Amino acid sequence: MSDTHYAVAAVLVTAAVTWSLRAAPFAALAPLRASETMGHLSVRMPAGVMVILVVYCLSDLPLPQPQSLVPLGALAVTVGLHLWRRDALLSILGGTAVHVVLASTLVPH
Amino acid sequence: MPRKSDLRSAFADSAPVGLALVPLGLAFGVLVVQAGLDWWWAGVSAALVYAGSFEFLLIGMVTAAAPLTAIAAAALMVNFRHVFYALSFPLDRIRGRAGRAYATFALTDEAYALTASERARAWTGRRVLYSQLFMHLYWTGSATVGALLGGLIPEGVQGLDFALTALFTVLALDALRDLRGEVSTPVLAFASALAAWVLFPDQMLLVAFSLFTAGLLAHRLVL
Repeated sequence: MSDTHYAVAAVLVTAAVTWSLRAAPFAALAPLRASETMGHLSVRMPAGVMVILVVYCLSDLPLPQPQSLVPLGALAVTVGLHLWRRDALLSILGGTAVHVVLASTLVPH
Repeated sequence: MPRKSDLRSAFADSAPVGLALVPLGLAFGVLVVQAGLDWWWAGVSAALVYAGSFEFLLIGMVTAAAPLTAIAAAALMVNFRHVFYALSFPLDRIRGRAGRAYATFALTDEAYALTASERARAWTGRRVLYSQLFMHLYWTGSATVGALLGGLIPEGVQGLDFALTALFTVLALDALRDLRGEVSTPVLAFASALAAWVLFPDQMLLVAFSLFTAGLLAHRLVL
């Protein structure tokens, strides 16, 4: 499989899985929707999934080295901005801007 | 003419969401070309996958040549939350098979947040559908433009990929607020992620999500 075919296949696989998840519950999972266990999961899953994704994004930090401070500092800025203003766009743009400035100036390539 | 006013209302409804989607879509397109993928791939992914947060992850998985099974498993876990949107999305208001098929296809976090809200109770099915279409256009258009402009960004500019970490951080903080002080869920998620990172770094996402889901179910059955 060529690189292009593979990259397109990755999109198609993802699209199929995602659409199934969005469409199937309207039919197949209808009885399950009312279950208390589903309710228990539906309340807690979004927060847990996002926490795991944040850790995943930071999992390639070169931990003992000082470069790790760049993403950790940008993370602190993102969290601080969001707790302060609760404006998703401001928090994302602010945190990313700090990260780009620090990574482009401090880290040697 | 109900048709025209539905279209106009849907544009007004979806515009604030567009303000958030467009910068992220531009960033997504830029990252796609910075990762060495073709510019058109950004548009194809945005149009067909249409799941913003996972598309950012997909860039990394595709450039790392992850197996398609691993991509499918990760998509299943990351996008599993969409299963719960069927609980309150107003699909019953949308007429026709094609309309319903598109409404489920375009049932993103943002579409759900907009159309399942209190103020959307009185919207017609057409207005719901049009607002979904507008959001799809904002995302696909900005991703494509970002990819086309991406080549203009100087080589020395590093670290744009942090937009993804920041996006997840913001979504995590908002979701944590909805838990109203319940700490066991984030602790369980964090512990699952750390355990997966230490034990199975190559399959970190899959292992972390599995541990977390198993933990939630165990917690539910014990109580």
